[in-house]
Amino acid sequence: MKASLPAFIVLFWLCAAVAAPWLGLSPDTIHLQNILSHPDWHAWLGYDDLGRDILARLLSGARVSVTVAVTVTVVTFSVGTTIGLLAGYFGGWLDKLLMHSTDVFLAFPGILLAIAFAAVLGPGVGNLMLALCMTSWVSYTRLTRAQVLAIRGRQHVLAAQVLGASIPRILRQHILPLLLAPLLVEMTFSIASLIIAEASLSFLGLGIQPPAASWGAMLRDGTRYLLVAPHYVLAVGVSLMSLVLAVNMLGDSLRDSLQVKR
Amino acid sequence: MSFAIKRVWGVLPVVFGVLLLTFLLVHLVPGDPVEVMLGDSATSGDRAQLRAELGLDQPLAVQFCNYLKHIAHGDFGRSIHQHADISTLIAERVPATFKLALLALAIALLMGLPLGIAAALHHLHWPDRFATLSALTLSAMPHFWLGPLLMLVFSLWLGWLPISGMESKASIVLPALTLACGLAAILTRMTRASLLETLNEDYVRTARAKGLPERLVILRHALKPALLPVVTVVGLQLGSLLAGAVITETVFGWEGIGRLLVESIEKRDYPVTQACVLVISLSYVVINLLTDLAYGRLDPRTESGH
Repeated sequence: MKASLPAFIVLFWLCAAVAAPWLGLSPDTIHLQNILSHPDWHAWLGYDDLGRDILARLLSGARVSVTVAVTVTVVTFSVGTTIGLLAGYFGGWLDKLLMHSTDVFLAFPGILLAIAFAAVLGPGVGNLMLALCMTSWVSYTRLTRAQVLAIRGRQHVLAAQVLGASIPRILRQHILPLLLAPLLVEMTFSIASLIIAEASLSFLGLGIQPPAASWGAMLRDGTRYLLVAPHYVLAVGVSLMSLVLAVNMLGDSLRDSLQVKR
Repeated sequence: MSFAIKRVWGVLPVVFGVLLLTFLLVHLVPGDPVEVMLGDSATSGDRAQLRAELGLDQPLAVQFCNYLKHIAHGDFGRSIHQHADISTLIAERVPATFKLALLALAIALLMGLPLGIAAALHHLHWPDRFATLSALTLSAMPHFWLGPLLMLVFSLWLGWLPISGMESKASIVLPALTLACGLAAILTRMTRASLLETLNEDYVRTARAKGLPERLVILRHALKPALLPVVTVVGLQLGSLLAGAVITETVFGWEGIGRLLVESIEKRDYPVTQACVLVISLSYVVINLLTDLAYGRLDPRTESGH
């Protein structure tokens, strides 16, 4: 029951993300008389610099965050794990080549490479996801490869080889299931960092374009009006932090319960 | 010595890969990069001139060789919009970022080490809970949220520090603090975990058994080996501070290399973008290499190949 509050917070934002279009919200409706107004009964979190309802924009921004994080995670998990399986199982020059490539990607600190890719690809949510996919497959590859190296010499794998099982079958049936626990933990933490990465790129103007709402862009606008409307930054910042913190705490408890060493 | 040579040798392919990837950046621009950079108002003459200047009319392999040649001479080309040598633009900005990163590192060490040590020494008591919770919270606060929050508290509500810019000496405090907090969180967790581990070692029990005062047991026997992995983290994270500076400098209007990168992206001045990415990532590679070598010096086990 320890994970109940984080689980509740994640569930809340997930529901918001899924249900946002059907909640009857009007995130793009401009109320000129309410520009940067404080919270009231109609807009619980106040209005932004164009007099739009901040709560409504937060909820539809959650949809962007969650969609980007989940999509990129699914893609990079599939690609990264496959590459790691191949590198770890076959070894030799293929392994060397692939590991050198991951070294190159890891030589760019933080989200610098994602910023660079997003910058040259141009703004937009599709390009943003592409930029994040191009840079975040590496952690799955490294993790999978390291695990496969430890597993491929085990008796049950050797037995499968001797019995003539095909390589895809060995990888899928005899190796992959043993990797799922650490990969699942990695996935949870990667979702948290992708939510931050999406917001970072949007903050720099490289993500989804206005008038669509995104948390990063809202934080940028909110910082601009910090003097007159601190509620704007606070609302978005607390939301972002709550989601990231909750996902990380879920990851922690998942790691502890699956007994994965990270 | 052979360890050092091996490490330096191992870094070369990575440096080559980084150069290749940054070179290819301009070629990832959808459509014609020259058209994207110059906009619709440019004449076909302007375009042809820029294309020739950037060497985009030559085969890719020739372009890459020229790129390497220029970089080797410290020549990053010219900025399209600022009409200046990019190496000059970068040289002007590097000291500001360097100052920011060093101060952030100092703050992070001053926050992270004592917190981590206190947490390990009072394992499962309130200092530990406080340290763990702060580290968890800080790691969930990206710079573009922590920055405005610090501005709100220290500039607007308390009025202690300037909100942004670089005019006064105190202007550096808030951006440095913003940059430091994430690293402080990592250092806290790392120091705590590492010290908890060494406190359980046999040699610490021996030191206690022979009647050494607890202060000496901790300082001499537990803390020293515990800080070894922390050195690696500091090295690795010093490079990450450079990447973090991209956002932090944007938040606070701090005129460093990160700000230069973001400005170049906004103006589609891709040669500048390319150069900034290259300089930041190569510094990261060099810092990591130095960390590794320092670690080899500190931990005799690495030298002998364990």
